[in-house]
Amino acid sequence: MSFRQTIGTTVWAFRDLVDLMAKATPLRSGDQLAGIAARSAEESVAARMALADLPLKTFLAQPLIPYEADEVTRLILDSHQATAFAPISSLTVGEFREFLLAETTTADVLAALAPGITPEMAAAVSKIMKLQDLILVSSRCRVTTRFRNTIGLAGTLAVRLQPNHPTDDLAGISASILDGLMYGAGDATIGINPSTDNLGQLTDIHRLVDDLIQRFEIPTQSCVLGHVTSTLKLMERDVPVDLVFQSIAGTEAANAGFGINLGILKEAHEAGLALKRGTIGQNLMYFETGQGSALSANAHHGVDQQTLEARAYGVARAFDPLLVNSVVGFIGPEYLFDGKQITRAGLEDHFCGKLLGCPHGVDICYTNHAEADQDDLDGLLTLLAAAGVTFIMGVPGGDDVMLSYQSTSFHDALYVRELFGLSRAPEFEAWLQKMAVTGPDWALLPRVAQHRLMG
Amino acid sequence: MARPPAPDPWAALASATPARIALGRAGPGLPTRASLAFALDHARARDAVHEPLDVAALIGDIGLPVQVVASAAQDRTTYLTRPDLGRQLSPASAASLEADTPCDLVIVLADGLSARAARLQGPPVIAAILDELADFAPGPIIIATQARVALGDEIGAALKARYVAVLIGERPGLSTPDSLGIYLTRDPAIGRSDAERNCISNIHAGGLSAAQAARRLAWLMREAERRGATGVELKDESDTDQGRLTGQASGSQLLE
Repeated sequence: MSFRQTIGTTVWAFRDLVDLMAKATPLRSGDQLAGIAARSAEESVAARMALADLPLKTFLAQPLIPYEADEVTRLILDSHQATAFAPISSLTVGEFREFLLAETTTADVLAALAPGITPEMAAAVSKIMKLQDLILVSSRCRVTTRFRNTIGLAGTLAVRLQPNHPTDDLAGISASILDGLMYGAGDATIGINPSTDNLGQLTDIHRLVDDLIQRFEIPTQSCVLGHVTSTLKLMERDVPVDLVFQSIAGTEAANAGFGINLGILKEAHEAGLALKRGTIGQNLMYFETGQGSALSANAHHGVDQQTLEARAYGVARAFDPLLVNSVVGFIGPEYLFDGKQITRAGLEDHFCGKLLGCPHGVDICYTNHAEADQDDLDGLLTLLAAAGVTFIMGVPGGDDVMLSYQSTSFHDALYVRELFGLSRAPEFEAWLQKMAVTGPDWALLPRVAQHRLMG
Repeated sequence: MARPPAPDPWAALASATPARIALGRAGPGLPTRASLAFALDHARARDAVHEPLDVAALIGDIGLPVQVVASAAQDRTTYLTRPDLGRQLSPASAASLEADTPCDLVIVLADGLSARAARLQGPPVIAAILDELADFAPGPIIIATQARVALGDEIGAALKARYVAVLIGERPGLSTPDSLGIYLTRDPAIGRSDAERNCISNIHAGGLSAAQAARRLAWLMREAERRGATGVELKDESDTDQGRLTGQASGSQLLE
């Protein structure tokens, strides 16, 4: 089915829903690379106007990627809850935006709605929203998850402590973990990107962090971000695995490029649940995503990268994750060219994730081949903190010495905590006070030379 | 007037890692010195991305016959925004590659995102690989400019190689603007997916040595021979004593 939008005497035509969604997407280099972006600024707005008049129901009747061809489409449509969708089933995309902005659309309303919203609906409405719309609606969403602490409560911001080391040196990783804990970071997870997928090396890192968590009774969870099939092997060998990690994408073919499918994720999720390592909850999956991954794997079906990214959250939410992380600036300038595109994408991703019910954090970051710098990172950090982002990264000094990119630092988290009055996961906050890292006002205490964490 | 920020008392830990730890703080912010040091390193990394590969000097350092090819990306800006062109040979380069007989391994040394890494780490890594893999029949050594990892698929196929090892300059980091990665692919052919490769990363003065990298590559190739495939199916379970520093290419985002 084709779509038309008349503006004055010009008739803008769009081949099908896939074309309409792509043309309506605010400009980004990845869609240009795929050859699907609007060819003029006016065409893009015309597409947004046509999209605003589209009934939300259309997305149930016209899958962007055929049901028969893609297991992610099947997951999205098969798990759609018509009763949850009922309150918005008669709305157009434009009316849905207005519904979301209304003061009466509270956290409870949004939570009840989530199973009725498909990723494509979330992506569509985000395309016609301004940054302030994305921030406001996101800030109203509340998604709470638990493993050994409570992530996502109102007025909190969690931090993934990311103590990577170029060669996975255990002393080096430990030094960065201690530095992060002394800066009050690590409630989302202590999560290490290994430099390899060597099973012995992954085992050593798992044991290191598990020992640390047990020794100091830290109410947090470890994660080693190896491939999910490696983590499955580790679980079979009784290695202490808390969170199960995997990078995921929004199409079956892109996931195949990652060496996974929904069956593998299900198997890993069940294996993690069987370990029963969570103390106050069993949300144990940790997913990472990023706009452009499907195009990068030549698995995009002509669909724009932002819609595919939202479909990845459709995959994520099926596995009750503890954390979902959009690594927004990591992929490079061929997908998000500069700070402006990274900023918009970060806010879109966070909005779509929250609307779909994901515990959404953002790795606010940039690479050295993108047109971006610390000013762009500070800007997006501030906007996402205002939007109520669930967690951010804590990388020593903001410089990841293994993955070679810049992300948010322990200091950056302190900055938004002070600016917006954001505390940590309550169990972790209490532990920091017990350990005399923070005081009763959850601000850092002055440093002492012989802290017990250093013993 | 406030006193200058005191250093963190655990500064001794900093010797254990190149990460930026124990920086101290000024309120929630970085001390000025640390903030400006970061800005300097970012400036240097930006410059490294745009620095061209000195092919003539590189050929001299390798000291063996090499063939030079270029991708279809004609300049750096095109390279950065058009990864598809960086994965194809230019028409002239494609026409220049042919092989009468098959070979076991083609080594492609590519600029990737850090020409400096290819220039500095490339020659010793190539020498170490040839030394370590003396029992394999080596094919030509190729230098490729404005190249991405998948360019090796087209090169390897044209040269009838059973394996292609792409040695490529990794995305420059603030602390390491000159890190090399190796991507190994069995039966290279246009259209191979990233899940079909194995990766050895962080080869530079502060990371993996040339000899260590070559040993890991040799282990992966012998294991791939036994199992008949590279990629996610091939798990690195090599001996811990040799420095277990290889991995599969687990996500395409890491592939430059």
